[in-house]
Amino acid sequence: MRIDGKGIIDRTRQARFRFDGRDYQGFKGDTLASALLANGVRLVGRSFKYHRPRGILTAGSEEPNALVEVIGKTNRTPNVRATVQEVFDGLETRSQNRMGSLKHDLLAVNDLFAPFLSAGFYYKTFMWPRAFWEKLYEPAIRRAAGLGSLSGRHDEGAYEKAWAHADLLVIGAGPAGLMAALVAARAGADVVLADENPVLGGRLIAEGGTLGGEPAAVWVAGVEAELRSLPNVRILTRTTVTGAYDDGTYGALERVGLHKPARPDLPRECFWRIVAPRAILAAGALERPIAFPMNDRPGIMMAGAVRSYLNRFGVAAGKRVTIFASTDSARATARDLVAAGVQVAAIIDPRPDASVVEEVPVHLGAEVIDTRGRHGLRSITVRKGAESFEIETDCLAMSGGWNPTLHLTSHMNVRPRWSEDLAAFVPVEGAVPGLFAAGAANGTMSTHGALTAGKAAAEAALSALGRVAGTVAVPAAEDAPYGHRAIWSVEGRGRAWLDFANDVTTKDIRQAAKESYASVEHMKRYTTQGMAPDQGKNSNVGALAVLADATGRGIPETGTTTFRPPYTPVSIAAMGAGGRGAGFAPQRFLTSDQASRDRGAPMIETGLWYRPGYFPKRGEATWKEACDREVAMVRQAVGVTDVSTLGKIDIQGKDAGRFLDFVYTNTFSTLPVGRVRYGLMLREDGMVLDDGTSARLGETHYLMTTTTAAAGLVMRHLDFVQQAFCADWDLRFISVTESWAQFAVAGPKARALLDSLLEMPIGDLPFMACAAARVGGVEARLFRISFSGEEGFEIAVPTRYGEALFRDLLARAETMGGGPYGMEALNVLRIEKGFITHAEIHGRITAFDIGMEKMVSAKKDCIGKAAAQRPGLWGPEREQLVGLKATGPISAGAHLFRPGFAVERENDQGYVTSVCWSPTLGAWLGQAFLKDGRARHGETIRLVDHLRDIDMACEVCDPVFFDPEGGRMRA
Amino acid sequence: MRYSGWKVFAEGLRGNKGWKPAWRDPAPKAEYDAIIIGGGGHGLSTAYYLAKNHGITNVAVLEKGWLGGGNVGRNTTIVRANYFLPGNSEFYSHSLKLWEGLERDLNYNVMHSQRGLVNLFHSDGQRDAFARRGNAMINQGDDAILLDREGVRELLPYLDFDNTRFPIHGGLLHPRGGTARHDAVAWGYARAADRRGVDLIQNCEVTGIDIENGRIRGVQTTRGAIRAGKVGIVVAGRSGQVAAMAGMRLPIESHILQAFVTEGLKPVIDHVISFGMGHFYISQSDKGGLVFGGDLDFYASYAARGNLPMVEHVMEAGMTLMPMIGRARVLRSWGGIMDMSPDGSPIIDKTHVEGLFLDCGWNYGGFKAVPASGWCMAHLMATGESHEVAKRFRLDRFATGHLLDEEGTGSQHNLH
Amino acid sequence: MRLTCPLCGPRDRREFYYYGAEDYLNRPDAGAPGSAWDDYLHNRDNPAGMTRDLWYHEQGCAQWLIVTRNTVTHAVTAVDLVAGRQGAAT
Repeated sequence: MRIDGKGIIDRTRQARFRFDGRDYQGFKGDTLASALLANGVRLVGRSFKYHRPRGILTAGSEEPNALVEVIGKTNRTPNVRATVQEVFDGLETRSQNRMGSLKHDLLAVNDLFAPFLSAGFYYKTFMWPRAFWEKLYEPAIRRAAGLGSLSGRHDEGAYEKAWAHADLLVIGAGPAGLMAALVAARAGADVVLADENPVLGGRLIAEGGTLGGEPAAVWVAGVEAELRSLPNVRILTRTTVTGAYDDGTYGALERVGLHKPARPDLPRECFWRIVAPRAILAAGALERPIAFPMNDRPGIMMAGAVRSYLNRFGVAAGKRVTIFASTDSARATARDLVAAGVQVAAIIDPRPDASVVEEVPVHLGAEVIDTRGRHGLRSITVRKGAESFEIETDCLAMSGGWNPTLHLTSHMNVRPRWSEDLAAFVPVEGAVPGLFAAGAANGTMSTHGALTAGKAAAEAALSALGRVAGTVAVPAAEDAPYGHRAIWSVEGRGRAWLDFANDVTTKDIRQAAKESYASVEHMKRYTTQGMAPDQGKNSNVGALAVLADATGRGIPETGTTTFRPPYTPVSIAAMGAGGRGAGFAPQRFLTSDQASRDRGAPMIETGLWYRPGYFPKRGEATWKEACDREVAMVRQAVGVTDVSTLGKIDIQGKDAGRFLDFVYTNTFSTLPVGRVRYGLMLREDGMVLDDGTSARLGETHYLMTTTTAAAGLVMRHLDFVQQAFCADWDLRFISVTESWAQFAVAGPKARALLDSLLEMPIGDLPFMACAAARVGGVEARLFRISFSGEEGFEIAVPTRYGEALFRDLLARAETMGGGPYGMEALNVLRIEKGFITHAEIHGRITAFDIGMEKMVSAKKDCIGKAAAQRPGLWGPEREQLVGLKATGPISAGAHLFRPGFAVERENDQGYVTSVCWSPTLGAWLGQAFLKDGRARHGETIRLVDHLRDIDMACEVCDPVFFDPEGGRMRA
Repeated sequence: MRYSGWKVFAEGLRGNKGWKPAWRDPAPKAEYDAIIIGGGGHGLSTAYYLAKNHGITNVAVLEKGWLGGGNVGRNTTIVRANYFLPGNSEFYSHSLKLWEGLERDLNYNVMHSQRGLVNLFHSDGQRDAFARRGNAMINQGDDAILLDREGVRELLPYLDFDNTRFPIHGGLLHPRGGTARHDAVAWGYARAADRRGVDLIQNCEVTGIDIENGRIRGVQTTRGAIRAGKVGIVVAGRSGQVAAMAGMRLPIESHILQAFVTEGLKPVIDHVISFGMGHFYISQSDKGGLVFGGDLDFYASYAARGNLPMVEHVMEAGMTLMPMIGRARVLRSWGGIMDMSPDGSPIIDKTHVEGLFLDCGWNYGGFKAVPASGWCMAHLMATGESHEVAKRFRLDRFATGHLLDEEGTGSQHNLH
Repeated sequence: MRLTCPLCGPRDRREFYYYGAEDYLNRPDAGAPGSAWDDYLHNRDNPAGMTRDLWYHEQGCAQWLIVTRNTVTHAVTAVDLVAGRQGAAT
């Protein structure tokens, strides 16, 4: 019911919205909850376990009951708090967690079975027969559990992430936060002021009242106007600070577009990373319910929420309201209601000595012991001394006290301190370095106290930041002492809910304690109290009190569970913004990328790079046809492939050779200028890290190449070795991977192709040599190396000439019966030739395993040499690299067995790492690791791949299948 | 008290007033035959199997906080036997078999659910590596199925097959892989151990280890000295500190692993999905929350909480793989303290002190190992010999080079 | 989490790569016994409290850093260059 003249909603701007298929009308400034209440809707949801009818309990993000689905044009959002979602024209919502209609939820039958569904019941049953758990019990439980539902469709919404850096982050824009922001901003500090609500003011808006003699809202508007006028202030409304992390980093979620109709260019949410050396937590306090029998009916609400709906939204939550509270603040709710013309039927105050000033019936020393009303509250039963009586009411406003909103201060595992005075936990100073609580969040409950505390907190922050605070006057405001008495639960016949969202009652807590789950963490996990969407914001302290009572310990001794981020739930899409599709990882493209795509090459991921798989020709039906052709082309004519993905590290200085001797197993200091050598690099634990060639370009100048996969790893490794162990050597190096485009040109006609292009012919450049060259007026580098077994060269030019050179090379190659080849052919060529890749050197492989132990120089120390001597890394028990030859298809990932032995782990002899069909040799070839493999050449071994249904006899042989003498490479 | 559906029914009728404590709350005795330091999953299962398999019931489990308060209570609940190196294969295979009978063995529903685990792969090389793994699983007697892209699509149609950064080439399905209710595992073992006479002593921190002439004599605790001829250290992330009391320096570095759970949702993910390229894995709990995690935060830590870089990375991985979860909201995040070993595999072994045993190095795979770890640790403590399926989990294997490095990332602790 | 790189100033954790304890700086001599290498590569104090460990400013200046920090609170008290330490030179 709307009250004329109350609230800060914009009554000139109507918003039509739908809930469960019915049309309603609200105003701009309404939340879904306030608009539903204004329309007299009280039943909005069903509880998690018993599917009890539930209404709106609170007016904030802590709402445990009123969770709905928001239906968009293309997708829907589950578990949206009706108390946070703002209404707009066209908003479509519906209730969730029901089977059938909200009013006639078939799963409400669970409530009848509640006696059999007490805490932890599922741990004690559903065990027989075993197969029934997955087939019957669990599916039924899963269907019944859960709240809202995802659509199963990709979330196509826009989301953003942002960074903000400030001197001071102020969390909450109530009296303490506004005052803190004002003081800090006037002193020139960079301030970020974040508040969960769309409007600033916090309790000043919810409670009304006056500040400095003027309406609170006027004071708020004045402060806001000033803050907005200052360039050093950023105000983030609709922004919840969700987590406190190390070194002044905070996470925050801004609801950018959720209060408007969806637009493609409008982000739904933005996840902020705010870095600030100081922060002030001015997040206020949360009111806690009272666990009295049948306290969960729609219409039973928090007193502060009832007040907020009245003052902020101009909505009366009921026609005939009763108050059940042990706080003075709930009396203010009653006074505001009466002043607005809403009937208050009675105030029930358990405190026998509380004051009576209201002009409504007040029952002191009384308690509510029962309620009625199936889909909404109709009446309550009050017990006062020996007598009990019934009161008709459609809204009960309750208040059991206030809990400071201290969650962020606990995010670093420091538990809050129990205050007997406040009957609440309060923050421990220093719990999060740089974060200081002020106002109600720190247990200072009066408005004036909050204003003063906010000012003081800002002054302290300014002082720490080396700034001087100016003089800012604190306006006069309400300054009553915090009148309250802790009341946790009321004994009675019915169930008394503590955790509304997870349907946990006081009985569940007592049962858990009795069943050994008496520590607070056990109780929580056994009953699920505090694990629902509100994370116990409404129930934790009450549950602790009941547990403390059940175990005979005090609350401080009982302790509390830990609050962890996020303060309010954050969508995966917001924290994962930017990750969709290709955004998840950088994409690295070769200079030849477009040229390869132009030729129809499928590009495949190689780490972050994209490389061509093969270059299909007309008439080729499969990749294999193309691959076979490309292999033959390289073997018979010439092929060109882009090898720029290989890491390239330019190393210079007098000690460059000495350094390479230290990081490679073999020696490079003796390498003549103009020569290239294959190098093997170990990790310090003795396993092979990488391999590649390094060229000596000058007396003090080397160029190292790494594999594509290990390029970054090797760079990091070199930096470590140099900075940790030889920082004084004359040595500098830098990655030049992106600076050079490099192409392999391989095959009998490789030389002819290059000679047609180079300004000077190759001449007598020997195998494993390098030289400067010029191509088309551009300085180039030429290496005579081969990964195919053919006479081969690699030519490198500055990256900006890469594409031009690649296209030119291809055009010329094609006139010679050659052309481009891709990764598939490259792989076949290298297997034929017995070269290894990271499929073989997969991190568990030693130089011994690949037959390269002789490359570990005996004359010098090198990284990994000592650890490689460990006994487990040598000998016949090790699996050693071998070649496999077969007449039929074989597969990588297959395991090897001796013929005649059972195919079981105990008999496993090794495994296959790479295979190919060799068009050159007309056979299936493989590389494998076989126990004592080098001694077993010529043996027949059984290759078994269960997954691909392959069982094949193979001949074990040397891994070099093609041209073992290397005559072709050296031609 | 034996749990059953009938018992739940009968108790329901009488107002659930007759439930008995799940375990006693005994004061520590002056002496036990064996002491287990650490009341987590592994410690509790060790105590249970000492009693059940070896008849050693005069046992105390000493827990500095509350039972099950370590990693068994903060993990992503995945149970699998998909290792490929000899040593690991037989151990996790044994563990999975124990899981498959755990409810009835413990008379406690740990909700072990074999929903099937899919490891996605994104290149031919990864496919072959998973094939090696899958074949090893079958050679061990476990199950594995290699799915191609269409096979994955049939099983997990909601993945982003069109736009994800690392296209899905297929997956290795481990049908017997799945999840279990983590707390229930700790409580089930606790209750079953208690029923066999084991003393579970909470709020009892070990402050010293008493050694005489190279033999264990007992421990000092915050609740007094306790003597025992056999002591097992089963404290996961705290292994370094406890072992130091016995003069040991372990090959362990403790790291944070964060995990996340969303608000409850109706069933949407039936399987356990592992996305290696994004270091992301996810399943949905019976309560409806999406439970997921990623990689370590990577820096050594005992804080049991992490930082945003890994949080965001995990969420981004989720968004590239399955953007349908975008509107699920993360309700809670937490961090466990992982005992990272230099090859990613555990240690179940004797120590240089006679009668002192060590069970640690579970990296971030300890949950699924709870049954077999306890089984083998109990065997070791009772017989003095390593159990057949755990004989490679030697403490000295780093010195000798007999490594069990499934990831192939080497001796750097945080890379496993 | 932020580290103050001696060269680049305060930077977010995501710019850095983590290696492990500073033990990695104390490489044994080539002829040292196996136990020395075992200690070097594997065994760690793994303190719950103050530690010194190695970070690499990979997305910054490529300097290896020794970070003095607390493994329980994550408080960082010093960041020094590996290359600048005593013993970095041969």
